[in-house]
Amino acid sequence: MVAPTDERGPRGLLPSVSPVRFLTVDGELTELDEHGGYQLPPAERLATVYHQMVVGRHFDTEATNLTKLGRLAVYPSSRGQEACQVAGVAVLGAQDWLFPTYRDTVALVTRGIDPVEALGLLRGDWHCGYDPVATRTAPQCTPLGTHLPHAVGLAYAARRRGEDLVAMAFVGDGGTSEGDFHEALNFAAVFDAPVVFLVQNNRYAISVPLSRQSAAPSLAHKGIGYGIRSEQVDGNDAVALMAVLSAAVESVRSGAGPMLVEAHTYRMEAHTNADPVDRYRDASEVAEWVERDPLRRLERYLRAAGELSDADVQAAEHAAEELVTWMRPRMNVDPVVDPAAMFEHVYAEPTAQLIDQRDMVVAEADLLAGEDR
Amino acid sequence: MTTTMVQALNTALRDAMRADESVVVFGEDVGVLGGVFRVTDSLADEFGADRCFDTPLAESGITGFAIGMAMRGFRPVIEMQFDSFAYPAFEQVASHVAKLRNRTRGALELPMVIRIPYGGGIGGVEHHSDSSESHYAHLPGLKVVTPATVEDAYSLLRSSIDDPDPVVFMEPKKLYWSKSDTALPVRAPGLGAARIARPGGDVTFVAYGPSVPVALDAAEAATEQGLDIEVIDLRSLVPLDDAAIEASVNRTGRCVVISEAHSFAGIAAELVARVQQRCFYSLQAPVLRVAGLDIPYPPPLYEHLYLPSVDRVLDVVDQLEWDELPNRAV
Repeated sequence: MVAPTDERGPRGLLPSVSPVRFLTVDGELTELDEHGGYQLPPAERLATVYHQMVVGRHFDTEATNLTKLGRLAVYPSSRGQEACQVAGVAVLGAQDWLFPTYRDTVALVTRGIDPVEALGLLRGDWHCGYDPVATRTAPQCTPLGTHLPHAVGLAYAARRRGEDLVAMAFVGDGGTSEGDFHEALNFAAVFDAPVVFLVQNNRYAISVPLSRQSAAPSLAHKGIGYGIRSEQVDGNDAVALMAVLSAAVESVRSGAGPMLVEAHTYRMEAHTNADPVDRYRDASEVAEWVERDPLRRLERYLRAAGELSDADVQAAEHAAEELVTWMRPRMNVDPVVDPAAMFEHVYAEPTAQLIDQRDMVVAEADLLAGEDR
Repeated sequence: MTTTMVQALNTALRDAMRADESVVVFGEDVGVLGGVFRVTDSLADEFGADRCFDTPLAESGITGFAIGMAMRGFRPVIEMQFDSFAYPAFEQVASHVAKLRNRTRGALELPMVIRIPYGGGIGGVEHHSDSSESHYAHLPGLKVVTPATVEDAYSLLRSSIDDPDPVVFMEPKKLYWSKSDTALPVRAPGLGAARIARPGGDVTFVAYGPSVPVALDAAEAATEQGLDIEVIDLRSLVPLDDAAIEASVNRTGRCVVISEAHSFAGIAAELVARVQQRCFYSLQAPVLRVAGLDIPYPPPLYEHLYLPSVDRVLDVVDQLEWDELPNRAV
């Protein structure tokens, strides 16, 4: 499959006039002119995506519950963005690298990372929780947009080493306003780095709406300024996302240069559990997006196409329940706080000054433990 | 053969690139031009545009790109053109360069070097003379290294490139054209070992980078008063060689810290605090410092007023609670 925007030159860089869409809100296949020239993905891939989206939503709900129970320090939910979270990972090979943000924990779980490890950071530990080298997944990035140049450098380095590797970098609508978004796209284009930038435009950066973030025709249109091919897609349409992102990854992998894809979606929950969402948006707006729920759309489409049975749906629900059942008791165990561990990886070898501080903290902790006994 | 500090740095980069194919050099104007100070002179010729290359004018991008390359097996040595022009990269340095090893429990290490020409004394217009070392030394996870001699420029840069941790390598612009007849290569002990630049028994001067020659000149001038002053060149601010400072001050009982950076909340303040804490019972006088003024670094017509001078150092030496000066020289 070749991305229809392969033609270089200014016109070839521009995204589709309106977001690529394969499914209506009711899960019916749209007319061909909405497909932007992309191919309908194979049904069995879509069935797998559905399965992963169901698991992802259950995981997300559980994480929100765990926050209410005080088991997580904070949790930025991606409810409503499951199509982006899953498709952005499903199109990658095991050798590719993912560069996620803090709102992309569902993507981490989809990538196969242990859900408890994936929540390590949000649980309050001092490290990212999982092994980024083994999982080919960079630590979730909190300072927005700052991980994007890393994806570019890594992808460029891999190409220099002759490795077949694509970097997929997630960023939000707010993140596209950061200077590092600009610098990363510019470097990606100049160095011809094999990177796909996936903008999950969920229309809010905490409380600030998209209209205060950018006056561009779409965030995808930002690509043309850097000479980067761009596309925009309905971010609640898993079929369209799989079509566009598969083509993007394949094109980037073939050496045709980086791509920018904007997925139009919506953050159904507050920014985090600590965010009073009713201060800045109407419930009626949220209700409109309930109608566009990505899971229901995909389920309706696959059922009507005869690609999803009751048994398949039950299997997905069962897998989701199993995941939650697996993680819940482990999340209910208080993590072990090892005072000395904080000092282990500041440098390859701790400095003399750090050893002094470590010994002080360990002695304090030992004293406290003695008093407790 | 006489070598300048610029040539020593250039030779260090060249030797490191010859020794290890994963060493790459990039930044603004480092390719054909050879850098605005010529530190990367002719590296692109010898190693090709894949090993030494120009980038877009974007310091944060350069640093973030280097992080990504280091994550995939390269040892990037990047150049920030001037101290003040490194500020756009500060978020990358503070949030990622310094922290990635820790955030990933050592799974990802960043063996990269950020070279920053720093300090004043070269008649630079505004934004060309900042002493920004405190900003970096304040960030756990970074090593901060600065040479004061031609020999150390070579050996410390080689050690920095070999180091598994990220190093901010601060090059004193004022000393770029200082000279030595020592043949390269020379290797000193690794990072974190200070050097006694001049032995002495009456006072310890602690200095680094551009302030070391000032300290040495002041120590020489003080011999007229009969004072035998020891000068310690720190070489590395992080890791800091507390033991070398402590041993010296315990012998001399008096200490003056000399640093070109702004006085307030600077490296000199940290050094003074450490010395008074660690050497309190040996001290014959308060630990004093001679540092830059707390004004924005001044333009060429005024910079002599800002910089620690021999006279200013000697005035502070006079305040070290002498009952009577040794006056041995007389």
